[in-house]
Amino acid sequence: MTISTNLVYFIALPLFSSGLLLLLGRKADKWGHIFATLVSASVFIIGVIEFFAMQGREGEARAATQKLFEWISVGSLQVDAGLLLDQLSICFVLLISGVGTLIHIYSIAYMSHDRDRRRFFAYLNLFIAAMLLLVLGDSYLNLYVGWEGVGLASYLLIGFWNEKPAYAAAAKKAFVANRVGDVGLSLAIMIAFTQFGTVTFAGVKEGASGASAGALTAIGAMLLLAAAGKSAQFPLQSWLGDAMAGPTPVSALIHAATMVTAGVYLITRSNFIFDASPTAQLMVVIVGAITLLFGALIGTAKDDIKKALAASTMSQIGYMILATGLGPVGYAFAIMHLITHGFFKAGMFLGAGSVMHGMNDEVNMRRYGALRKVMPITAATFGLGYLAILGVPPFAGFYSKDKIIETAFDSGGIQGILLGSITLLGAGITAFYMTRVMVLTFIGTKRWDEKAHPHESPFLMWAPMAALAVGSVASGFLLNSGSALVNWLQPVVNANQEYHSGHLLPPIVVSIMALTVVAIGVAIAVLKYRTVPVVAPENVLGITKAARKDLYQDSFNEAVFMRPGQKLTAGLVNTDYKVVDGLVRLVGWVVQISASNLRNIQNGYVRSYALIMVLGVIALIAAVWMVTL
Amino acid sequence: MLSAPNLDYALLAPIMIILGGALIGVLIEAFAKPAWRARLQLVISLAAIVISFNQLVRVRNDGSSIAAVTSVSVDGAGMFLQGAILIFAFLGILVIADQDNFAPQASALPGSAEEAAAIQAGKQQTEVFPLTMFAVAGMMLFPVATDYITLFVALEVLSLPLYLMAGLSRRRRLLSQEAALKYFLLGAYSSAFFLFGAALLYGYSGTISLNGLTDAIRGNTGNDVFLLLGIIFLSVGLLFKVGAVPFHSWKPDVYQGAPTPITGFMAAATKAAAFGATLRIFYLGLDAAQTSWKPFIAVISVITMIVGSLAAISQRDMKRMLAYSSIAHAGFVLTAIVSLSENALSASLFYLFAYGVATIGAFAIITIVRDSAGEVSDVNRWIGLGKKSPLVASVFSLFLLSFAGIPLTSGFVGKFSIFSAAYESGNITLVVVGVLSSAIAVFFYLRVILMLFFTDATTDSISVVIPSILTRISISISAIFTITLGIAPSLVFDIAQDFAYFLR
Repeated sequence: MTISTNLVYFIALPLFSSGLLLLLGRKADKWGHIFATLVSASVFIIGVIEFFAMQGREGEARAATQKLFEWISVGSLQVDAGLLLDQLSICFVLLISGVGTLIHIYSIAYMSHDRDRRRFFAYLNLFIAAMLLLVLGDSYLNLYVGWEGVGLASYLLIGFWNEKPAYAAAAKKAFVANRVGDVGLSLAIMIAFTQFGTVTFAGVKEGASGASAGALTAIGAMLLLAAAGKSAQFPLQSWLGDAMAGPTPVSALIHAATMVTAGVYLITRSNFIFDASPTAQLMVVIVGAITLLFGALIGTAKDDIKKALAASTMSQIGYMILATGLGPVGYAFAIMHLITHGFFKAGMFLGAGSVMHGMNDEVNMRRYGALRKVMPITAATFGLGYLAILGVPPFAGFYSKDKIIETAFDSGGIQGILLGSITLLGAGITAFYMTRVMVLTFIGTKRWDEKAHPHESPFLMWAPMAALAVGSVASGFLLNSGSALVNWLQPVVNANQEYHSGHLLPPIVVSIMALTVVAIGVAIAVLKYRTVPVVAPENVLGITKAARKDLYQDSFNEAVFMRPGQKLTAGLVNTDYKVVDGLVRLVGWVVQISASNLRNIQNGYVRSYALIMVLGVIALIAAVWMVTL
Repeated sequence: MLSAPNLDYALLAPIMIILGGALIGVLIEAFAKPAWRARLQLVISLAAIVISFNQLVRVRNDGSSIAAVTSVSVDGAGMFLQGAILIFAFLGILVIADQDNFAPQASALPGSAEEAAAIQAGKQQTEVFPLTMFAVAGMMLFPVATDYITLFVALEVLSLPLYLMAGLSRRRRLLSQEAALKYFLLGAYSSAFFLFGAALLYGYSGTISLNGLTDAIRGNTGNDVFLLLGIIFLSVGLLFKVGAVPFHSWKPDVYQGAPTPITGFMAAATKAAAFGATLRIFYLGLDAAQTSWKPFIAVISVITMIVGSLAAISQRDMKRMLAYSSIAHAGFVLTAIVSLSENALSASLFYLFAYGVATIGAFAIITIVRDSAGEVSDVNRWIGLGKKSPLVASVFSLFLLSFAGIPLTSGFVGKFSIFSAAYESGNITLVVVGVLSSAIAVFFYLRVILMLFFTDATTDSISVVIPSILTRISISISAIFTITLGIAPSLVFDIAQDFAYFLR
């Protein structure tokens, strides 16, 4: 039996503060950022309290629900606006509000010169509210509201500096790619409703056991499409790199730690759909595997530090998506990697922001070099994140990534070997491009612009970085000790103890293989980037050229979707103009003529009005007379 | 030997409290110092409304069909509408309190030296408050009255103050006075129809009560010619009040001429009251004769929806446009009368409430969009308002979207429920026409929104005055209602469903 508690504060507090800051306008400029940070921190504290309260309860009683109000009640569609806080959502609540609060603190300093800082914080809290609604909704429809809300907040924040057209275009691109995914989600909801007559998680879970394979696969595919849009997975990955146009704290919070992982949440939450449909699972695995390599390859050639990290995010989420396709135990490892990734990637983004802060907003890594001497704290915290993403023991990524690689190998047969190899290869490439970032930025010789005077960032900026670095170091060990997270999530995802039995390769072998590949990747990068030209060399391998151009993702989209789409719309516009509009214009003409005739009747004379009334009465009498006689 | 009639004072109290407030208002006009009047009137009116509403809430479960012998039946639908009218009155009074909309001295000839002197002296026509309260009392009585005489008295009590108030506009006074006179003449004319219809129905059934009428129809005791003519004539009186075509001609002129706060109040509250009475008469008194009136009400509903939506397109004046929109909305609610089901009743209750709140808000916004010569209601002058006053323009757009029935506003839920009730009861034609004319209507609402936000301003003499705190409260409450009922309609919809019954 689930218990009922008051969960509405999670959403109401940040939402209210966001609205307040937007409504008060400039009046709140002085204290808006402090206020927003306090609200975010208090949400985190409530989350911690709920977490301990949940630990105090046993088994089924751990999940808490709250019915807010009857939302839609039309015919057979009955949807309550309700919240559900269970073992899965509490992980997200803590991650979102915890990392969110650190990034709030960081942003106080980072955005201190921006005259719209208050608006920025209002959007941040709008994001927190929407993201919490996303993970706390108890039905697909409630999730959808949060899903759209984070899309809106992401759009507003990517285009925060919308005076630059390129940034506004980036916001639009993110919006369009997300829209494609959103269609997937709405279709999934509609199919679920037609199949099961309900859209709550509990109801769909109940119905899924007796549903046809075709329906489940269709729902799964549509959910995957939604996840691909939100989490920048193949083939909807192209927006994430451009989304780096937003302020760096946004990239850290939304485009690394939380929002882009919503797809992983969606698939994990829908585990009952995917577990029942091997076809859908296969699609998930394929998408994850492709994106994992795709992102890693792009990451090898990017000179913009934020875009390199964005490519890495794409690749790491590829790992998580792949893991969610591997069945019950995969979900738990996906969530574990999601949490550890939230720490180390957010930490590295904040580090990148710190570097940019000291380097006059320069993002080109070829213009960095030897920054460890002037920015020791940034270099140290970034370095810890670096070790974590590489998967060096005992840092966080070691536990989470190795588990995914193991599970991939364990998935059986040719598929298992193939997936295991891909994840291993991905780990090697990751080591290469992250080492490249590290070397280009913090080591080597200085290649700074003459005007740059890099300096360490203020306390408010490095403190959150340090806190995240602690997470990068310790979170993996903590989550893994005694299979803590796997056991914790067991009631939600049914991850029983299957993990401990029947490994294709013993874990220690996998770890050694992974570390070997990582070492090779690091070595290549170190050798290759002993000297770094300030201008990117032109005579490079084809694969590098392709990676620089994001593996031609934009050209592909333009050739396959945009240009035919434009031709199609041009054709449609033409048809529309001649045929449809012709009819509409005819109708419009008739409407206008009749409208102006009606105006003539309305001539302002009371006697005419009275006459019209009399004529109306006579007409009525005549009509009734004819009907009744 | 006559025995004293048995009156249920607790149920009649809401109306009597309002009447009491109105009478105190009259006394204030006689005895209080001019400087104090406006404030006193405002306090008394709001207090009366709040107390009355409170009383209504207290007795909400004690509905009785014989609150006053057989003349008044305070039942679910009646109480819901009384509550709605009180809320409209509250919101309306807040806007009316901005005396800048009213002539300083209604008796002074427009343009005369007297008028100039009255403006100079800062005189105020604070009689508006008691007049409004009398109208409110009439409106509250109209939907609960169950015999022709009480119905007629209520109709006149609500109408007479409105005729007067329509002529009180501070600016464009000739237009305002013309509107008042037209309203009065045509109103009296339609009252005559109503009374004539009542007389014919009395002739048919030999009783003045609606219950007696039903019994007579069931028993088939009278002359059908009297019945049919009576129904038609009675309907004309009611259809005039709700503004159904072809009895709508007064509406654009009066809406345009009347002081805008009065227009908003009257559009919301009169419509609720008149539809309340109409629903009661057709649901309660005439349901046994439905085969004879359903066809012609259906036809009128269709014509009203079409004409209202079409004519709104060619309007250049914001208030006239909303008048035609109000006509179209009357057509939508008429479909609920034809549907004749409990779902349709609850849908129309919800609809009247949602529409009324948005209407008061929309007209309140018109009062604050002004240039140096006062309020600007020319649609073309509103171009580019969204750039100058984004908040005001956004809220106005919200109300327009609600009128248009766009999802996430209260208007959508209202339209959806009313059309689905019509669909359930098999009136497919009405649903099709309703949806089509809604589509036409969306055109002119969206055109205004486009003008507000996406067209560059050509003149810059128009501006939004900073509204008084009271107007601001009224607009805010209306906007909050409109949004909330769009997102969580069940908050009011459940109440409407619980209260959707008439007691015989």
